[in-house]
Amino acid sequence: MGDYIVNTAREQQQMCQAIGVEKPSDLFNGLPEDVRLSGPLDLPAGKSEAEVLSLIEDMADKNQIFRTCFRGAGAYRHYIPAIVRNVTAKDEFKTAYTPYQPEMSQGILQSIFEYQTMICEMTGMDVSNASLYDGASAAAEAVMMCRDRKRKTIYVSESVNPRMREVIMTYATAAGAKVETVAMGKDNTTDLESLSALLAEDKEAACFLLQQPNYFGRLEEPAVAEKIVHEAGAKFIMACDPISLAVLKSPGAYGADAAVGEGQPLGLPLGAGGPYIGFLAAKQDMMRKLPGRIVGETTDHDGNRAYVLTLQAREQHIRREKASSNVCSNEALCALTASVYMAAMGADGMAQVANMSVSAAHALRDALVAAGMEDVTGGEFFNEFVTESKVPAKEIEQACMKEGILSGLPVGDDRMLWCATEVNTPAEVERVAGIVKKLMEGGAA
Amino acid sequence: MNFPKELKYSKTHEWLKVEDGVAVIGLTDFAQDELGDIVFINLPEEGDEFGVDDVFADVESVKAVSDINTPVAGSVTEVNEELLDAPEKINEAPYEAWLVKMEVSEEADDLMSAEEYEAFIESEK
Amino acid sequence: MKLIFERGGEGHRSDFLPENAFPAVSFEERFQREDKPALPEVNEVEIAQHYTQLAKQAFGVSNGMYPLGSCTMKYNPKVNEEAASLKGFTEIHPLQPAKTMQGVAEMYATLEKYLLAITGMDHVTFQPAAGAHGEFTGLQLIQAYHRDRGDEKRTKIIVPDSAHGTNPASATMCGYQIVNVPSNEKGGVDIALLKEAVGEDTAGLMLTNPNTLGIFDENIEEITAIVHEAGGLCYYDGANLNAVMGIARPGDMGFDVMHMNLHKTFSTPHGGGGPGSGPVACKDFLKEFLPGRQVVCEEKGYSFARPEKTIGSVTAFDGNALVVLRALAYVLTLGKEGIPQAAENAVLNANYMRVGLQDVMDVPYEGPCMHEFVASAKTIKKETGVAALDIAKGMIDCDMHPPTIYFPLIVDEAMMFEPTETESKASIDRAVEAIRGICKKAYEDPEELHGAPHHAPIGRPDEVTAARHPVVRFEVKEEE
Repeated sequence: MGDYIVNTAREQQQMCQAIGVEKPSDLFNGLPEDVRLSGPLDLPAGKSEAEVLSLIEDMADKNQIFRTCFRGAGAYRHYIPAIVRNVTAKDEFKTAYTPYQPEMSQGILQSIFEYQTMICEMTGMDVSNASLYDGASAAAEAVMMCRDRKRKTIYVSESVNPRMREVIMTYATAAGAKVETVAMGKDNTTDLESLSALLAEDKEAACFLLQQPNYFGRLEEPAVAEKIVHEAGAKFIMACDPISLAVLKSPGAYGADAAVGEGQPLGLPLGAGGPYIGFLAAKQDMMRKLPGRIVGETTDHDGNRAYVLTLQAREQHIRREKASSNVCSNEALCALTASVYMAAMGADGMAQVANMSVSAAHALRDALVAAGMEDVTGGEFFNEFVTESKVPAKEIEQACMKEGILSGLPVGDDRMLWCATEVNTPAEVERVAGIVKKLMEGGAA
Repeated sequence: MNFPKELKYSKTHEWLKVEDGVAVIGLTDFAQDELGDIVFINLPEEGDEFGVDDVFADVESVKAVSDINTPVAGSVTEVNEELLDAPEKINEAPYEAWLVKMEVSEEADDLMSAEEYEAFIESEK
Repeated sequence: MKLIFERGGEGHRSDFLPENAFPAVSFEERFQREDKPALPEVNEVEIAQHYTQLAKQAFGVSNGMYPLGSCTMKYNPKVNEEAASLKGFTEIHPLQPAKTMQGVAEMYATLEKYLLAITGMDHVTFQPAAGAHGEFTGLQLIQAYHRDRGDEKRTKIIVPDSAHGTNPASATMCGYQIVNVPSNEKGGVDIALLKEAVGEDTAGLMLTNPNTLGIFDENIEEITAIVHEAGGLCYYDGANLNAVMGIARPGDMGFDVMHMNLHKTFSTPHGGGGPGSGPVACKDFLKEFLPGRQVVCEEKGYSFARPEKTIGSVTAFDGNALVVLRALAYVLTLGKEGIPQAAENAVLNANYMRVGLQDVMDVPYEGPCMHEFVASAKTIKKETGVAALDIAKGMIDCDMHPPTIYFPLIVDEAMMFEPTETESKASIDRAVEAIRGICKKAYEDPEELHGAPHHAPIGRPDEVTAARHPVVRFEVKEEE
């Protein structure tokens, strides 16, 4: 059994003597009997390091690793350069605490400042916070941040990732905030006429959230949405895939007030769902409403450039019940991961990732259509698209699974949401198309 | 410490000047000294209405937030927007850095003169 | 130190990807990005150099003592890192069919079982990504419970004045009003005032025990009974669990719901400010409201199910799986004897540090503390002008991380020390000696402490200007 306790029994005795007790358990005499555990903990005995690893390796073996992955829907497999893992493995970054003492944490503070800058560049915004837990909770914080005494209703497009929408609903229900969903049209993009009509009726609209590309991979019309939303006096927020921002027009360029998204594609592994990272960036005039930590640049008395957590008076440890959000931590190590990834890839590299992903997805679509599926995405898409087929989605999923392929996500009995990235190859596309073709022709896979 | 004679003072350290039914409100020298370096002020909007002693603004220093209470009831007619970009003016010249102007409907009944306020501060020590 | 934007230069890059094997696809102009984002232009070599430089100006748990009260900066075991890098976990897509994620399900189910043994609760959700996130989730369970019973008049949450700021802030996010209850002279909840504060409008109470003063409130059963009698529920802030794990259980103290901080009590690394994990545990009657999906163990294997009256979700997927995995490795390593032993040694180390300092600093609450204690620089400040802040900065010059300062709010010039169980006697001795030296210096040369730190990469930064005129990004200058 390991316990990471350095002091020997003898040293513990010496310490007891200094304190004035006979044994360490005497220090618990103040605890009422009723609340004390009467017997040993109902846990197995501690194990050696080798046994622990072996147990966890057994668990790992019960998860199927799909070397070929065609599933996205909010979590994406991209290539992670080795330098990313190398940097984030450094103990000084991994085991440090929040940089509340700036003089001894300039390394951490500067890395967050760099992250903030990179996110501003990608989103076209003026300010970014130091990150939030994930894209969905960042979106929830963003829409809540837009509410004030006069404007309270949150509008969200139906084409936003359903998991992001659910988290927004959860936060809103807790706070008693109203959320209205703007329906999609038949082409799987937001019905902007409907948006216009809804906002025209509502003088209390606080904001509208649009995802680009949306959940189905479709390209929305943010320029049109922006006009509608701003004319109604509400804030316009865009949720984006950060990789797509390398080649698609940025939220800032569209005149959005804030940008959010899931930063997992920026060097974080799929990891069975976490830890991920939510980015939240906004225009200058929203800076003091941003939740979460923010790092700022300043100088010390010798004029040296210095970084420091700033605008802390927004935060819970100072405002307490008057804080607009309770966020205490950020995902610092994940933000560092994202920064190293963005630096390693650079603007050109990220554009390469984006373009390859788009190419692969379109080639996959063509192959699946040739194999007998129908493309029901509705129009121009980025690197995700939707198919429909007479063979049920779950059957296709199963057949692919047997061949070590993670297919698109079943989104209905007959529909699937497919994704491709720069790690998918023509051979993989051919294989999955072959499996689908066999099924469509009535044969077993 | 400065206590201009022509002003009235509240127990929560705001100063007040009323002319033709319009109140001008700010923070006293004592208040700005206690607050330390002010880094930001959250001001209300024109048209906002408040009762006597309501919190109408708050002031941030690096590590704290403090509520500001209004010594009068009324509605805000003007807000000193200059302070949003230069909150240090409150520290530098507290009696020139007015926060808001309000149309007054009622004044607090326990406002003090400069002398009374100075004595009040002494007694609180 | 240069910013990464100030390194490299035009054309500096690395190539990580092969050529595009598929035909290129372009979009209509109106979608296309016109300006290139000004990301750094650096080669892998330059990146390695940059971050090596930055790491030199960071202070991790292995760099030295880190007695931050309330944060439990214990050692981060390396075997946990090995576990968390197994491809059988890192390469798993969160939306894989349950049949292909049996190991993930087993991980959640196993750690749930162990955490229930430690906490005395009945169910765990791993969805919340941090402690504050867990508080928000737990309060929503309380809210859902009252709403479900049609009880709309419970609008208030009671919080002691010693509470961490996230407590009232989380309650505000649920639309609750806060009722602050003062602490008594022993640092515990004032029972008489609590009785006055509860009523038909009480939704619940938030408490940590031991509290933020490091004191175990022996009236805890009476406290939770008072709240229950008034119809409210009791929430336990698990930040201080390290003091009592394996020795006393929140579920036995009368708490209905709680969160844990895996990055505090369960040794997962703090990462410079995250990622953490804040699982929430609750009693059986709250299980139908849990967020996300629960692991269900059946004969044919594990599956996932959504609770009937779920509050929804607080993150998109099931939780910070790779953080949970580290915590599992930790609990497997310590086991039934190691868990209470860790708590015992945490309390031992804190008391040892306390007796080393109690004659040079004020220690407002007498008697044994638990895993942390609060000292005060009140007298030192009065007699020398040297404040808690100055003492903290002086500790930086001694290669130690300062303790938590100015928290809890109810102690003037507070300094909260939590050495944790993984600190050695020798290192505590060194720290105590250094701090005693600083306190002595306060009387002999206060100016030096006002100017501390002197041996750090920077002196005290100008936080006033940083807040008045915030510069929160680097402006990449145009070279044309």
